[in-house]
Amino acid sequence: MTAVPLLEVKDLTVEFSTRRGIVQAVKEVNLTVPKGEIVGVVGESGSGKSVTSYAVMRILDRVGRIARGTITYTSLDLVGASEPEMRDLRGREMSMIFQNPRLALNPIRKVGKQLEDVLLQHAQADARDVTQKAIELLEQVRIARPEERYHAYPFELSGGMCQRIVIALALACKPQLLIADEPTTGLDVTTQKAVMDLVVDLVRARGMSAILITHDLGLAAAYCDKVVVMEKGRVVETATSIDIFRAPEAAYTRKLMRATPRPGITLHDLLPEETPAPAPIAPHRIGEPLLVVEDLVKEYKRQAPPARLATMFGKKVEPPPPFRAVDGISFTVNRGESVGLVGESGCGKSTTSTIVMRLIDASGGRITFDGEDIGALPARGFASHPMRKRIQMVFQDPTESLNPRYTVSRAIADPLLRMGGYKGGARLRDKVAELATMVGFPLDLLDRFPHQLSGGQKARVGIARAIALNPDLVILDEPTAALDVSVQAVVLNLLQHLKETLGMSYLFVSHDLHVVRLLCDRVIVMRQGRIVEEGTAEQVLEAPQADYTRELISAIPHPPV
Amino acid sequence: MTAVTDTAPTAPPASGLMATLRHARHVIGENPVTGLSFGLFALFLVAAVIGPWIVPYDPFESDTAAALQAPSAAHWFGTDQVGRDIFSRVVAATRLDMAIAIFSVALVFVVGGLAGVAAGYFGGWTDRIVGRLADTIMAFPLFVLAMGIVAALGNTVTNIVIATAIVNFPLYARIARSEANIRREAGFVQAARLTGNSEMRTVLTQIVPNILPIMMVQMSLTMGYAILNAAGLSFIGLGVRPPTPEWGIMVAEGAAFIVSGEWWIALFPGLALMLAVFCFNLMGDGLRDIIDPQRRT
Repeated sequence: MTAVPLLEVKDLTVEFSTRRGIVQAVKEVNLTVPKGEIVGVVGESGSGKSVTSYAVMRILDRVGRIARGTITYTSLDLVGASEPEMRDLRGREMSMIFQNPRLALNPIRKVGKQLEDVLLQHAQADARDVTQKAIELLEQVRIARPEERYHAYPFELSGGMCQRIVIALALACKPQLLIADEPTTGLDVTTQKAVMDLVVDLVRARGMSAILITHDLGLAAAYCDKVVVMEKGRVVETATSIDIFRAPEAAYTRKLMRATPRPGITLHDLLPEETPAPAPIAPHRIGEPLLVVEDLVKEYKRQAPPARLATMFGKKVEPPPPFRAVDGISFTVNRGESVGLVGESGCGKSTTSTIVMRLIDASGGRITFDGEDIGALPARGFASHPMRKRIQMVFQDPTESLNPRYTVSRAIADPLLRMGGYKGGARLRDKVAELATMVGFPLDLLDRFPHQLSGGQKARVGIARAIALNPDLVILDEPTAALDVSVQAVVLNLLQHLKETLGMSYLFVSHDLHVVRLLCDRVIVMRQGRIVEEGTAEQVLEAPQADYTRELISAIPHPPV
Repeated sequence: MTAVTDTAPTAPPASGLMATLRHARHVIGENPVTGLSFGLFALFLVAAVIGPWIVPYDPFESDTAAALQAPSAAHWFGTDQVGRDIFSRVVAATRLDMAIAIFSVALVFVVGGLAGVAAGYFGGWTDRIVGRLADTIMAFPLFVLAMGIVAALGNTVTNIVIATAIVNFPLYARIARSEANIRREAGFVQAARLTGNSEMRTVLTQIVPNILPIMMVQMSLTMGYAILNAAGLSFIGLGVRPPTPEWGIMVAEGAAFIVSGEWWIALFPGLALMLAVFCFNLMGDGLRDIIDPQRRT
């Protein structure tokens, strides 16, 4: 091992001056990135992992400052470096990839031109060979047909494609250090694998070093040489990625690992060790069909091609065939059963759940709920139908699904007032308190507004609202996608517990096969509006039949154990 | 029951109202100009409410012996061509000018706001009708349109209020439309539909309260324009008639005397007008800072 590391962070403390006084976001962090190695920084939201990387790049907010510590890049002191010096280093020596690739690209400039801008600015090319070099870069990030894609605008490319362009931009000037801040969050699992493989291959091939910032311990362990675990601004553990999985030392690392869904465990295994096992409840019996969906189709009109001269003079043009978001799917959810609906973005799973929810109308097919054809009822007037209270939903983003101007008790009371026959007063208050207790929401916080709550608390409010009227079917639309793994573990256990106590059925929409397996009896895998595989959770995960399911499972990052 | 426990909850205390007040104090402390504008606004309000009773002279009483006097200790702002005290008239005029501005803005706030929310939420034909209506109004030079409306409807204060409201309609309708439109598919709106709220109820309880703050800022900004509009109409002889004290008329009357050196007749009502517009615009900036959650750090 070479003696001088590429980047060395020593006792770094970053402070933010806020109105409540000075907040230390990063406390005495030590971090070493040796030449040619990939270091993972793992932590949940608020752990200070991003702030550390911003401090290295010296792109902290106006209110943030490096209070103590040193950051040394080769032999350069980055804490004392002037802004012009830093500008010269950024891009040339170290560069960064951000979470949302679409926001990182200029939406109204061709991607090839954006690459050229960077190449010209850092004198990596001159006017004669710049186009050639931009196309070479596109080739290196494995974009098919680079000459064609050179002319594409960001909106014409998929999320994974955009992230490749961002990687190409970051690597354009052959930097020595690449910082990737959650580069694959928000991408599908197969895309995530492709992007991460690409990043790691490029970094290794060029002998660069990289810092991978992520909340996913599995991802970090699969792709990094060394993992640094952060909690509340401090580094709690630094180890090689093999050691961290074999013998995690810090209690927090163990908790994080326990909470990460993986094969061969039960829901209760996700919770910290000391949690008592739940009181055994008679296992729910799966009853007769509750929801039957037959040949469900949802079509969207495609935009007609722009008018040409020929069309203006009466030449008939075939209208484009409609886009089928949901292409004739059939499935059943039985009473007391949890069914998982799995697929990548754009596979039609959310459209399906929204139709079943009767928020939008289908283009064709039948939806029978408890013997009644609810598909025939228009979505617009369904709010006043007595069926409404029997099908409820928990939304994906707990923050966005709560009215910012409603207190918690008002939010939970809403369905009771509208459909539960409650008129207010003590009876309503008691019922709201009962629901809050059921979902484990602290009663003294009932008068808070959503922005005063943590993510897990908001998720509980959303669940309380959905179960307020004792629905028969609850649709869970990625209810834990926006939550940290430790909170996800708690919420999943809560959902399971509520199902057993109240005897509801769940339709669980998710992209995460491991999470689905924990909660669901049966799994349906969707792709491009069709069902590619259906079976019990064990069958689908242990012995997948369809190629696509196999691809999905193998794309989940595996730690190197 | 609770085999499940949460990770330690962060606890920012205090109710919504108290937090808002504290935040308002912080914003005003940070930006003294905002404080100044709120102070000015309070001053205008006091003048509008009790002005006519505290002024030293009757604003209608003429005293030909004391006509066209320059500002002095007896007449702070001087006197006009028939000897009326300009200070008294400027203060007394606050009530009428403020009333026109407040009523017209309140009218357009309700009508334009609701039309815009309906357009943004329901889309389709509602959107097209409201949108084209706004476009049609925007197609005219706004002041000329206001002149036309007052000339056609008749020369009264009510009609000035209506005309000012109409010319501001597109602004309100468009803001409300875009704000309602981006919230139409928000999770909490969907959730409200699921909990059995009718469409109308969803709009009124979920959408409207959430766009109110943005509309409030717009209100403050338009208020300045409304005052200017009312004064402008009076200046060219539409709307309020002499001898009613009103800033626009007073400027118009004084304009004739500037050439002969009696500058104070037009200057002081003009200054009052300028201060009022200035105050409302600054207040808009301050209000925006107060309601912007991003600044609450």
